[in-house]
Amino acid sequence: MQNNPKKHFSPLGTGLVLVAGFFGLLAFINFGASSYIQRIMIGLCISIILVVSLNLSSGFTGVFSLGHIGFMAIGAYTAAILTLPLSLKLAYLPDLPGWLENTQLAFLPATLIGGLLAMLVAFLFGVSVMRLTGPYVGVATLGFLVIVNVILVNWDSMTRGARTFSGVPPFTDIWWVGGWTAVTIYVIWRLARSSYGRQMMAIRDNQIAAQSLGISVLRMRLLAFCVSAFFTAVAGSLWAHFIQSFSPKAFLFVETFAIITMLIAGGMGSISGSVIGAVGITILAEILRNAERGVNLGFVHIPPVYGASQIIMAVIFIVLIIFRPEGIMGKRELNFSQLFSFTFRRKKRKEVTSQ
Amino acid sequence: MTSLTPFEFIIQQAINAISIGSIYALMAIGLTMVFGILRLINFAHGDLIMVGSYATLFLTLAGVPFWIAVGGGIAISCLTGLLMERVAYRPIRGAQDVSMLLTSFAVTIFLENIAILMFSPSSRPFPAPGLLNSAMNFGALRVNSVDIIAIVVAGILLILLTFFITRTDMGTSMRAVSQDLLASRLMGINTNRVFVTAFGIGSILAGIVGILWSARVGKIDPLMGFYPVLKAFVACVIGGLGSLPGAVMGGYILGFLEILLQGILPASLTPFRDAFVFSILIVLLLFRPNGLLGSTEMEKF
Repeated sequence: MQNNPKKHFSPLGTGLVLVAGFFGLLAFINFGASSYIQRIMIGLCISIILVVSLNLSSGFTGVFSLGHIGFMAIGAYTAAILTLPLSLKLAYLPDLPGWLENTQLAFLPATLIGGLLAMLVAFLFGVSVMRLTGPYVGVATLGFLVIVNVILVNWDSMTRGARTFSGVPPFTDIWWVGGWTAVTIYVIWRLARSSYGRQMMAIRDNQIAAQSLGISVLRMRLLAFCVSAFFTAVAGSLWAHFIQSFSPKAFLFVETFAIITMLIAGGMGSISGSVIGAVGITILAEILRNAERGVNLGFVHIPPVYGASQIIMAVIFIVLIIFRPEGIMGKRELNFSQLFSFTFRRKKRKEVTSQ
Repeated sequence: MTSLTPFEFIIQQAINAISIGSIYALMAIGLTMVFGILRLINFAHGDLIMVGSYATLFLTLAGVPFWIAVGGGIAISCLTGLLMERVAYRPIRGAQDVSMLLTSFAVTIFLENIAILMFSPSSRPFPAPGLLNSAMNFGALRVNSVDIIAIVVAGILLILLTFFITRTDMGTSMRAVSQDLLASRLMGINTNRVFVTAFGIGSILAGIVGILWSARVGKIDPLMGFYPVLKAFVACVIGGLGSLPGAVMGGYILGFLEILLQGILPASLTPFRDAFVFSILIVLLLFRPNGLLGSTEMEKF
């Protein structure tokens, strides 16, 4: 009897190993890494949450949203208003309604409220917009982003308008972002593997066939959009408590473009692809950002060119779309048990031959 | 300044609305033409507006007379548009709508950051000569010359375009391609040439709009094109994306709507004007996704 090597690796076991490895990495970063690496890792985890959740609504159901950063803004502002210390609130936001002026919440409930609010907005907005197709959704969601921005800039009593919103307590650390990243990936992974996820992918791959099987396109798209908005807003809250002071400008096209690049690079429709895309582009962006300050190659000195990294990113993006539109992973997933069993089987074969 | 009677006030505002509507209409035509033929929503159209304005500015600063500089600006805007089509859009022609949308987004980011790098992010005054920059008084009415010029230029261009689209071979080919790409290719239409022409016309219009817009606003900056073009999308959608008469109508409706909103919204809500404009976009997409002129048939559930 041939022993099936796959049996040695149950999904649960692989999952546990992964989770343990992940938290081991977090612990290592927390205690062993420099603060520079720590900050990059926090930013990276936030990007992963953003890209994975954008992937749920865009990659799995096939409707591309250009307005997701609007949900990030909702999460960031809501949570920041809720966690701002009372004394600062009185100074910065004297025109808040009374009940808000006297509320100060802990990090977790504030983040959850931000997420739920974004989910509600996503529902109200999605009920209408998720009926549209293709490029129309793109334009409508971009319109949404502009609407959110106009409201943030002009709603002085809540957001300080275009001025910087500062004094947000620095709650975000590697454990918070790591935890939320794990939760996001887990929930979206499970959702994608559930019958709901299958229905979403059916819609993406052949809408008419899916509809003829009785799948409600609007309902599935809405589900994906709302869940995705929730986690995007969570990332917003994490970012707000990481960066501590920000203005509405932060939630516009540059950020939108950054997460879209990560999504496309990794592969729309693949969760592990999203993670890979986020990691890859973050590293690349960091290198480019450092190179922007000028590079000394010993014999030649390239002078600092600020803003060049955005240009290079845009070029990379266009090249990607032309030559590898499906990204690194396409719609496939990294399969850990296969990966492990492959190496395992090879070892076994060696053992057999040596005997 | 003498006060205006209600009638004069309405006339004044109407001129304002027609002028800004003309500018939106010209932008919307460029967008809708490219969309109708390539199914591409070209966000980078706004950057062509920016390129044209900067080119005009620098030519003027180099000592070229303004009206020649305007010609140069329009030509450079046209060249940039053609280059954009060749480098970024042609390789992905026929790809999914989403890929094309994202590519145009990337082109926008690229051009805007190049402009920021080359011209600094701060705004510069735009050197409009007296003809574009004076005001005429009719009794109590005060009319800016640039408004009149915008209206006249738009009128002339619309007549020329109508002639081009309906009376020339190329125009007929363009209409054919926008109806059915495959069939027109089978009928022996050189579709490549049609694509290039559409882009060329769109870019020339963008260059002209850039000069009118800059003269109206008085200053230019690297991000100047993005918001106007987003609004021109609203105009396209009002008239039905892909329809040229629709784009013109949408442009004028949008112009009137903006001036109207400015007038009727309470002072505390006027800063939210753009939010209202985009809410209209979303509502329209829902109930009349093919625009006021188009049919209501569209993939929708």
